[in-house]
Amino acid sequence: MTNLLNGPQTLGRGRAFWSAAAAVLVVALVYPLFVDSYDVGSTAYFLCWVFMALGLCLMWGYNGMMSFGQTFFFGVGGYAYGVIEINLGVANGGAMASLVAALAVTAVAAALLGYFMIYGRIGGMFFGIVTFAVTLALAFFLNQTAGPEWHIGTARLNGFNGMQGMDPLALPWFGGDIDLEGTAFYYFVLVLLIVVYLLLRLLVNSRFGNVLVAIREDPLRAELLGYDVRRYSLVTFVIGSVLGGLSGALYCSWGQFISPSSVGLPAAAMPVVWVAFSGRSDVTATLIGTLLLIAGFQALTIYSEQWALILMGVLLAGTVLIAPDGLIVSLANVVARRRARGGAALKPSLQER
Amino acid sequence: MAALVQTRGVSKSFGGLFAVKDVDLAIEDREIHCLIGPNGAGKSTLFKLIVGTYAPSAGSILFAGADVTKMPAFARVARGMSIKMQAPSVFRALSVRQNLHIALQYHVEAHRIPAEEERLLSLLGLEVDASRPAGELAHGQQQWLEIGMALALRPRLLLLDEPTAGLSPDETFRTGELIQRLNADGATVLVVEHDMAFVRQIATSVTVLHLGQVFARGTIEDIISNRGVEEIYLGSAHDA
Repeated sequence: MTNLLNGPQTLGRGRAFWSAAAAVLVVALVYPLFVDSYDVGSTAYFLCWVFMALGLCLMWGYNGMMSFGQTFFFGVGGYAYGVIEINLGVANGGAMASLVAALAVTAVAAALLGYFMIYGRIGGMFFGIVTFAVTLALAFFLNQTAGPEWHIGTARLNGFNGMQGMDPLALPWFGGDIDLEGTAFYYFVLVLLIVVYLLLRLLVNSRFGNVLVAIREDPLRAELLGYDVRRYSLVTFVIGSVLGGLSGALYCSWGQFISPSSVGLPAAAMPVVWVAFSGRSDVTATLIGTLLLIAGFQALTIYSEQWALILMGVLLAGTVLIAPDGLIVSLANVVARRRARGGAALKPSLQER
Repeated sequence: MAALVQTRGVSKSFGGLFAVKDVDLAIEDREIHCLIGPNGAGKSTLFKLIVGTYAPSAGSILFAGADVTKMPAFARVARGMSIKMQAPSVFRALSVRQNLHIALQYHVEAHRIPAEEERLLSLLGLEVDASRPAGELAHGQQQWLEIGMALALRPRLLLLDEPTAGLSPDETFRTGELIQRLNADGATVLVVEHDMAFVRQIATSVTVLHLGQVFARGTIEDIISNRGVEEIYLGSAHDA
């Protein structure tokens, strides 16, 4: 177990890393005691987005599949949560069941789309183009669902105005559900994030993860070692996309609202920017970098959303030119080289080919 | 006993042009079978048909008694084939050790992998390079690493496409010794090769391909004494 957490596919090993991680965790746990519930809620909002970045990191960084479709699944997960929750109602664990059902819907959508792309041998750049096209198509479709005829059960899709009226998540508990809002929602998302992060570390260092990086490096070679490359890629695509759906469902629960603008451009480009900036080859780098970027973006948006978007573009271009492996991964490599005095980098570059 | 590999009337055409035409090939259990022929004879195409990266236009392929004609490459590997393609293809960004690990984990239980890694590293002479990215190795070392990965699968049939391409004479000779040792341990080996000295070193039987068809077959002595084979290698068969 510890071997898998600290395996070759993840940065951040040894006592120093885990001590720092524990310290960050303690800060994250006690932080709500010192600020008001509204700010805690905003922080929870940042955390919601990280799942889709981690999912993209798994697909792109570990398996070499550049999906531009994370907001497609964000939309599927978010709208599915809304539609199911509005129909089920919050009572008797209805909201939590809606979350689970939304993830199931996302998984089915990912399995279908992924099956046609991966078994149709769409690879490389075309994988990005097809996922992007599908994402834009969903955004366009949702945009024109404003009329009253566009409803599923009692849930109205509401077109570009966005769907509303769903309840936030509630945790079924003895003697009454616990509404997950404000601080409670923050803790819920925090725990989910820790669990997902640790599971991903275990996954990428497992036998399965070894095959993923082998496919990224050379799919034909991986197949000639006896691995069913397409099945591995499809499973990875489903896991990564479901994480996008999880972000969407959590977001929808947080704001009790979702609109097509969180599916189409420029939203669709954001996960790509976050992951490329952070370093797609590593889950920890993606986690840290994504949180930094989202927090920075929010801080800037208060002044000007246009400028915040332009800065995102500049950051992406800058990262690609100066630190193509991503800023956090490059920094980690610099530190590692210093320590090892000229030894090899921890994360080999994915660029040299 | 039936041959380990049998191709029956196998053909492969690309846009009407036959790269391999109506080839019947039998590879007996435990032999080192070399497939030779001049450039463009269809050696690599036939190799890819047996491996499963190409699907034949006609004919069937049997491996260990089962029809594998429609089976994808990974499923053939699961049945005991192991393959080294012509161009060295290792997982370049991963360490030498990880490369071996990924090959080993297919058959070997997790707790025995480290010991197997060490054994292969010393067999390949790559101990000091174990933690270097495989892409940084010299060409010959990459070839060896790849052969090592093919061995890690403990194949019943080892398929090597030009394993000595780009190797020094010394490395070539040692590769030959390695192949003979594996064969002595029970592996059947199919080698596509044009280095005749190497073929002479290892082959127990030889098939000569010419223009996509079987031109001659037999022991290495038969082939060497065959005037026709000499002629196609010198190109005179074309003119005749």
